Amino acid sequence: MKKSIFLIPLLILALIFTGCSDDDTTPEPVNEEELITTMTVTLSPVGGGTDVVLKTVDMDGDGGEDPVVTISGGNLTAGTTYDGTIELLNETETPAEDITEEVEEEADEHQFFYIIGTGLNVTTNYEDEDGDGNPIGVEFTLVANAASSGDLTFTLRHEPNKSAAGVATGDITNAGGETDITETFSITIE
Amino acid sequence: MRNYAFAIMLVCSNLAVSQNCKHTLSGKVLDLHDGSILSGATLVVAETESISQTSIDGDYTILGLCENITYSIRILHSSCETKTFYVKISEDTQRDFKLEHHLEELNEIILEGKAYENNTNTTLENNVSKETLERYSTGALGDALNSLSGVSSLNKGNGIVKPIVNGLHSSRIIMVNNGVRMQDQEWGAEHAPNIDINSVGRLTLVKSASALQYGGDAMGGVIIAEALKVPVKDSLYGKTMASLTSNGRGGVLTSELTKSHSNGWYGTVQGSIKRFGDFEAADYILSNTGLIEQNVSLRLGLNKFNYGIEGYFSFFSSKIGILRASHLHGAADQVRAFESNTPLIINDFTYNIGAPRQNVKHQLARIKGFKTFENFGTLSLQYDYQQNNRLEFDIRRGDDRDKAAMDLELNTHTLLLDYENDFEHKLDLKSGLMARYQNNFANPNTGVRRLIPDYDKYELGIYLLGNYALNDRWLLEAGARFDYTHLDVYKFYRTSFWEDRNYDVLYPNIVVEDLGTQVLANPNLKFHNASATAGLKYTFKDNYKLFLNYALASRTPNPSELFSEGLHHSGARIELGDLSFNSEVGHKVSATIQRDHDTFSFSINPYVNTISDFIIIEPTKILETIRGNFQVWEYRQTNAQLLGVDIDAAYKFTDKLNFTHQLSIVKGYDRSRNLPLISMPPVSTKNEISFEHPKFHNLKLALQSEYVFAQNEYPDNNFKVYVPETETTELLDISSTPSAYHLLNFNSSIDFEITKTSLLTVGLGITNILKTSYRNYLNLQRFYADDLGRNFLLNLKFKY
Repeated sequence: MKKSIFLIPLLILALIFTGCSDDDTTPEPVNEEELITTMTVTLSPVGGGTDVVLKTVDMDGDGGEDPVVTISGGNLTAGTTYDGTIELLNETETPAEDITEEVEEEADEHQFFYIIGTGLNVTTNYEDEDGDGNPIGVEFTLVANAASSGDLTFTLRHEPNKSAAGVATGDITNAGGETDITETFSITIE
Repeated sequence: MRNYAFAIMLVCSNLAVSQNCKHTLSGKVLDLHDGSILSGATLVVAETESISQTSIDGDYTILGLCENITYSIRILHSSCETKTFYVKISEDTQRDFKLEHHLEELNEIILEGKAYENNTNTTLENNVSKETLERYSTGALGDALNSLSGVSSLNKGNGIVKPIVNGLHSSRIIMVNNGVRMQDQEWGAEHAPNIDINSVGRLTLVKSASALQYGGDAMGGVIIAEALKVPVKDSLYGKTMASLTSNGRGGVLTSELTKSHSNGWYGTVQGSIKRFGDFEAADYILSNTGLIEQNVSLRLGLNKFNYGIEGYFSFFSSKIGILRASHLHGAADQVRAFESNTPLIINDFTYNIGAPRQNVKHQLARIKGFKTFENFGTLSLQYDYQQNNRLEFDIRRGDDRDKAAMDLELNTHTLLLDYENDFEHKLDLKSGLMARYQNNFANPNTGVRRLIPDYDKYELGIYLLGNYALNDRWLLEAGARFDYTHLDVYKFYRTSFWEDRNYDVLYPNIVVEDLGTQVLANPNLKFHNASATAGLKYTFKDNYKLFLNYALASRTPNPSELFSEGLHHSGARIELGDLSFNSEVGHKVSATIQRDHDTFSFSINPYVNTISDFIIIEPTKILETIRGNFQVWEYRQTNAQLLGVDIDAAYKFTDKLNFTHQLSIVKGYDRSRNLPLISMPPVSTKNEISFEHPKFHNLKLALQSEYVFAQNEYPDNNFKVYVPETETTELLDISSTPSAYHLLNFNSSIDFEITKTSLLTVGLGITNILKTSYRNYLNLQRFYADDLGRNFLLNLKFKY
């Protein structure tokens, strides 16, 4: 009678082992929904001309391969004002997922910053705003003032403090939050 | 009465009496645990049917025993398990017998650091007293363990507390909960043990791998949590405890009820609820550090003299907030956070727990039966099932906002068959077999690449442990264990990583599917691990003991060491494992000299732990990604050595005034590269002065000082990061250790008798009285915020 007690767990284990050992289904790959693989900054000269396109692509996300940075459409022209738009994509999905839409949906929690490196003579201006009247930065204007060259960094912050000093005018110093994307481009103005 | 009947049955195997029958057997009957005398114990000699009793001093004398005959002597005591001893008589013999105490355990108070020989015999075991456990009712299990010398904790904030034993933690520590080895993704530095401190009746620590019955891979040690034993008598008792704290503005409510019968049936039900809001450092609120914990445990069993069965079930659920300001993307964000003296995000106090946070549920079910066979021993069989579900929530965007970033489910089934001999008092043998099946499922719906892959793990183990008492002074112990582990894993590797590691050349046959940017591989890994222990215990000058132990431990690399490949958000770093790792092998030699005395007691425990193929993680490079620069940390195997000493001392000035001292030193080195090991606990010392007045409502007052030195030996893992905002290259100092700190704590309690059978204990405690601002090297949150500020604690315990 008492010995039968010991058989119960043995039976349970036997069931488990047989139940699981035939399980040969392979796991499915994870859809990386939030991943940003591509940032394209398009600068269109006001009044017409060739677009200058700044692009960075990092297909393996946090993986070992460095992002590929390209600038097409030549150098910027001094004295020209450019309409700028930023597009974010997740190209691991087909068709590519437009992350810019997500950013705009949560406009109050996102802001782009344009960080102008030493030597580069440009000025930027936000051309869009969230529900609170604060900038988002997906759309902007860039004025190429005089012939010069230097770095231009585009940084997207998630959950920045938009009411902190200087943040609404594009100063990243007090913005806080986390960096969702950041890329530095070497720009030349002729 | 049943036992007497049994004793009389034994008499049937009577022996012919001849030759010299004038020998006497005398000695004492003692409590196995603390050596206290047991008066009124009955000794029945089966062969002669003679019955004698121990005197008030625990002495007994049995006359008229014959030469060259082995007598079986059954000893019965009202509050002990009945036990039979076998004694061979060749002359007048002096022998002390030890019985396992039963009933008194209900009210027992074990002194801190006091030896309690149970799991091993040649390493000193440390116990956390029930009193200490109750005092830490609002904290984590790791906090209570921290009160022992040689133990520190690896924290993530104050909600996640992992014990570090002699410098080692996580997979190198075995946690045993009511006889079940916890399988709760213990490998992760931010995965706390899923045991409710309020469900633990006795907590024991073995600082070596010598408790082979639980596993052979306890490089650091074994932590054993058990419920108190239930007496075999008609009784109904329990307790309810409520604790409130000022820091975190929350508390704990816990209750326990036990019903027992003289026919051996018993049952216990226990539950607790813990709830805290944001905790506070000395100068600011630690936003998003609240926690909620809910636990229930049930126990039902039958305890008969020679057989028994017990079922145990526990459900543990916790929701722990992680400091909001510690969530960062990339190295440039880290630079910003490190430069600030205060956390970058400080919000108003709230009970809400947002992201980042962890939700963990752990269920454990166990059934165990034992049967004792006369002249053979006790066989026990145990089956346990555990399910651990871990959800980690990050700060996310869009539709994924409320979705877990990590969702792991770990299911484990274990079958244990153990045998313990009972026939020869000088040689105690224990042996057993273990079979385990484990499955990990990483839910792909998270939208984040799996940090830990899907796997099936099969384990088989066999062990034999024995100790032999040469005489009253010398005891020898030896044991061996063999474990076999088979891991069947399905993992998606990034093609870039797969090729970078040369896995495409080394393991071309394990690729199941090539998806372009990803490769699905099916590694099948097998590990054969041997472990062993040998030691001795020498008792001298009545109150001195010397323990000497060698333990060989072998540990299979954990899934995180083998398979990590990707961004670990909580560290803002990319972690890379290595598929080719083999088992770690550790050799630990430890010695303890202990003096157990009324006025002055001490123990000194030096040790050396030499580990080959020790797996460490260290930063190797900076990786550029579209999200900025990330530090890459890679696991690597090396030869390591840990040396240290733990010292405990207690001095009694008067009956009422006590002083206790604790000192723990550990040093760890990477011997291959001649560098210090990272995250080694700094030297620390605790000194306490306590006053007790048992006659005045059992009043207890204690003032404790805790001094933690700065860790002066650490590897330099700092690196430089380019910050575009400032166009500068900044040094990210992730290596420097925080300065030394001193904390002052106060604790008090007073008892009030409500009725004859119920007692109310009121406790008041203050931790960090001086409101010291400090950072703890072993708290992963130290980069971003100070540790806890002052806390007032009120504790009401009602025992009935």
